[in-house]
Amino acid sequence: MKYLENRKYVIQGIFLVVGVLFALRLFYIQVVDSSYKQAAETNAIKPVIQYPFRGLIYDRNGKLLVQNTPVYDLMVIPKEVKDLDTLRLMELVNLPLEDVRERLKKARAFSYVQPSAFYQKLSTEDFARIQDNLIDFPGFYINARTARGYPHQSLAHALGYIAEISPKQLEDPTYKGYRPGDYIGKSGIELEYEKYLMGKRGVKYKMVNVRGVEKGSFKDGAYDTLSVAGENLVSTIDLDLQQYGEYLMNGAKGSVVAIEPSTGEVLAYVSSPFYDPNLFTGKEYGKNYMALLNEPNKTLFNRPIMASSNPPGSIFKLAQALIALQEGIITPNTGYPCNQSLVKCSHAHQAPTDLSIAIKTSCNPYFYQVFRAVLNQGKSKNTFKDTAIGLADWREQITSFGFGTKLGIDLPNEKQGIIASPDMYNKVYGENRWKFSTIYSLSIGQGELGVTPLQMANFMATIANRGYYITPHIIRSIGEKGKPLPEYQKRHYTTVESRHFTPVVEGMAAVVESGTGRNANLDKIGIKVCGKTGTAENPQGKDHAVFVAFAPKDDPKIAIAVYVENAGFGAQSAAPIAGLMIEKYLTDSVSRKPMEQWVLSRKYLEIK
Amino acid sequence: MGVEPKVLRNKVVAAPKSRRTSNRVLQYMDWPTVLLYFLLVALGWMNIYAAVYSPDNVVNILSFDINSGKQLVWISAAVVLIVMLLVVDYKVYEHLAYPIYGSIILLLLVTLVVAKPIAGSRSWLDLGGGIRLQPAELAKFATALAASKFLSSVNLRQQRFKDQMILAGITLLPPVIIILQNETGSALVFAAFVLAYFREGMSPLLLIVGGTAAAIFILTLLVPKLYLIIAITLLMGLATWLDYRLLKRFKTMILLWVAVVGMVFSVDFFVNNILQPHQQNRIKALINPEADPLGYGWNVTQSKIAIGSGGFWGKGFLEGTQTKFDFVPEQSTDFIFCTIGEEHGWIGSTVLIGLFMLLLIRIVSIAERQKSVFARTYGYCVVSIIFFHFLVNVGMTIGLAPVVGIPLPFFSYGGSSLWSFTILLFILIAIDANRSQDLAR
Repeated sequence: MKYLENRKYVIQGIFLVVGVLFALRLFYIQVVDSSYKQAAETNAIKPVIQYPFRGLIYDRNGKLLVQNTPVYDLMVIPKEVKDLDTLRLMELVNLPLEDVRERLKKARAFSYVQPSAFYQKLSTEDFARIQDNLIDFPGFYINARTARGYPHQSLAHALGYIAEISPKQLEDPTYKGYRPGDYIGKSGIELEYEKYLMGKRGVKYKMVNVRGVEKGSFKDGAYDTLSVAGENLVSTIDLDLQQYGEYLMNGAKGSVVAIEPSTGEVLAYVSSPFYDPNLFTGKEYGKNYMALLNEPNKTLFNRPIMASSNPPGSIFKLAQALIALQEGIITPNTGYPCNQSLVKCSHAHQAPTDLSIAIKTSCNPYFYQVFRAVLNQGKSKNTFKDTAIGLADWREQITSFGFGTKLGIDLPNEKQGIIASPDMYNKVYGENRWKFSTIYSLSIGQGELGVTPLQMANFMATIANRGYYITPHIIRSIGEKGKPLPEYQKRHYTTVESRHFTPVVEGMAAVVESGTGRNANLDKIGIKVCGKTGTAENPQGKDHAVFVAFAPKDDPKIAIAVYVENAGFGAQSAAPIAGLMIEKYLTDSVSRKPMEQWVLSRKYLEIK
Repeated sequence: MGVEPKVLRNKVVAAPKSRRTSNRVLQYMDWPTVLLYFLLVALGWMNIYAAVYSPDNVVNILSFDINSGKQLVWISAAVVLIVMLLVVDYKVYEHLAYPIYGSIILLLLVTLVVAKPIAGSRSWLDLGGGIRLQPAELAKFATALAASKFLSSVNLRQQRFKDQMILAGITLLPPVIIILQNETGSALVFAAFVLAYFREGMSPLLLIVGGTAAAIFILTLLVPKLYLIIAITLLMGLATWLDYRLLKRFKTMILLWVAVVGMVFSVDFFVNNILQPHQQNRIKALINPEADPLGYGWNVTQSKIAIGSGGFWGKGFLEGTQTKFDFVPEQSTDFIFCTIGEEHGWIGSTVLIGLFMLLLIRIVSIAERQKSVFARTYGYCVVSIIFFHFLVNVGMTIGLAPVVGIPLPFFSYGGSSLWSFTILLFILIAIDANRSQDLAR
């Protein structure tokens, strides 16, 4: 049996031969043959991001406001960059050397293996030239995606813009899933509706060989994800009206906001000066942005919702009247003498023997006395305390009109404005050290009041509705056939009962018929406009002109606020604009061409 | 022990029998083998983690969400299994060899009937609660026990045809059922028993003929047939010229030549008509993986690229790029060797091969020191099975063997495979630890 035991050597020999054979084979493929190493370096899967189509935005009549146009980005995957000829790359993309290095560093810092954008938005010529030379730059490739385009150059402030996500946003967990180089809504609707518009990014994994040539999809696309296009939005904006508003406001500073009272839908949203939204889509975005940012007229300032420190002026008298009616301080027939004791009236006018005449004539002493009666109702014997109590009550009512609060429009950075409060005066004067005579200018819409143009327009919508408003909004639905957004269905009632609105509306009708707002009169074409002029005192310069209106008087279709900075009396500049826009919206035409010419001539600026 | 106080020694004597048994087992257990076992298991565990590791989404190695975390559970269970195997009276394995074999055959048949097909294979038995068992894995140690028992029986006469047939039956019954379960890879493992039988006296002819046939088979695929036939003819002519005695067996030589040439020509028929399409592809992949690198050549190409890119020193633990993101399929199970090759380079691969060599040679010497034929045969069965797995598994990853889905012993991810190898090895360790008892007997 000894010979059988020797067979263990045969067996152990087989083991060792196999072991040595394996070690040699491994030595060959791991050390001697370098082709596997090369293959590994280039045997890469290249994730190709499938950018989804960002949702489009339409106006209320189906006209396209925002579209997508194709652009090309130069992408880099640092891991795959080999023998980089930095000088040639520098020439190719036309960037200084430090910039090229900086961009490469940034890409590496983000990820060694994942692609990031090296150069965005190549021009068509650059694209063709770079594409031809790309074969010498392993690790670089061109990615096609789409950028925003604005066919009508309108509505820039409300639409907002998209831009590359900032490093700060990238760290924010809210933006999980975004990568450097991704585009994100930065302001306006683009920001507010980002999650709907962006859609879902997809990724295609592709195999690439030594020369960076795609060799087909990785594992038959088992890991690929399809991009899902963003949802289209339907705006409440009427593009024709919007463009007409911009046409009228071009060159002036200020805002025009028009709202459909019954729905709260914003029909026009003009912030002037305005800019072409296409300025923020090209390669020159940064330069254009800085130029606009440093511009003295504050073009980027989104006036309709951000100009919150301007006092409303005389239009506030309407609110004073409504509150006084509700409080039972006055009736529609209450008259006060135009006694000019503390406040003066700018002009001689008919005696305010009832509310309607007072509104029509915008009589300052009348509303001074009304406001005093509202504040000092004798709820406390102490006149200081009585005023504080009265102001607190008044404030509660005035805020029910949406003043002093953010209305909640679907646009970012809305300001709430200022409405005087007892606390505010306590801080300034000390408790029980201020009374009506300290704060009387509130009565005519001056003093510690700040109202945004949007709030003014909403105020008009509220009066047009005789007592309630629906939160103004600029997007009607998500998806072309989407339902109206549920958050914009609720009626917000004011503290003032519906019946008290009638005399105020009558007064407003009188304003346009025979008062300060005659420039907005559309009686000739059979449209009853109700309005109110205002002039907001401006310590920095010429007064701001205000005109608010709604029409038609019964069954209102449009409520509008026009605010023109440094344009003097509202009657001269703001009222014509409002009248023209109301006509444009309701009849789709403009009959008062001389008025239009007057507005465009800006002659009102010369009136002292 | 000599310096222990008398009182203590008395206590030892008074200890219950099982305590003495376990002491003896611990004392005589083959610690080098046990250490190698745990080393391989630990290295395997780390590489399983490396195989599923993704730098973009780092998951703790212990997390039950990933394979490494689950493997740790299998490993813990394996330790419990080891204790049980060592505590059980070692004689059980010999006495119950046939009943164990019989019940495993039954289990295989039951599996064939009740198992739901998973990826075309009816080999998994669902035990409920998400636990699945692959009886084919258990068949290895059961067959090893039964074959050893049969070879050690007193009445056995190796030359007797009937006995040879019984042995062949014992060895081939499980793989036949396993092939019916569509687990051809696991069935091939039973070819390993030839090595053990060779040690126990089987004619080397079977080994030589088998080896030669396999070599001719692979060569036929790699080399044009005409060249191969010319080479075979010249080789036989050369042998005859060197040893003229072969001339006396001229007829045999001619017959042999006809058989070989016949086989060369039948290989194509075999590959194209007998093998299933996926098996054909594996053969094709072995011959020329570059022909369809994204199709059937995928596994082999990717595996070789991964290993080849490791270089001499490797890329470092968790630094592999090719073994991530499923470039190589079955990364933590059958293709686990790629992870070593890529991350630890030639050095790491060679060390691993060295560890397996040490283990194999150590088991051979354990087998040789057994006094009973049963224990020795079982030892050789163990070493043959481990060797076959090692040979085919590593061979396929480096393009020397066709892709056969069998795991790398102790290393690959998976409970069934880890436990089956643990049982296989530790039955031997248990028997070996008690070899002095056999002496006394």
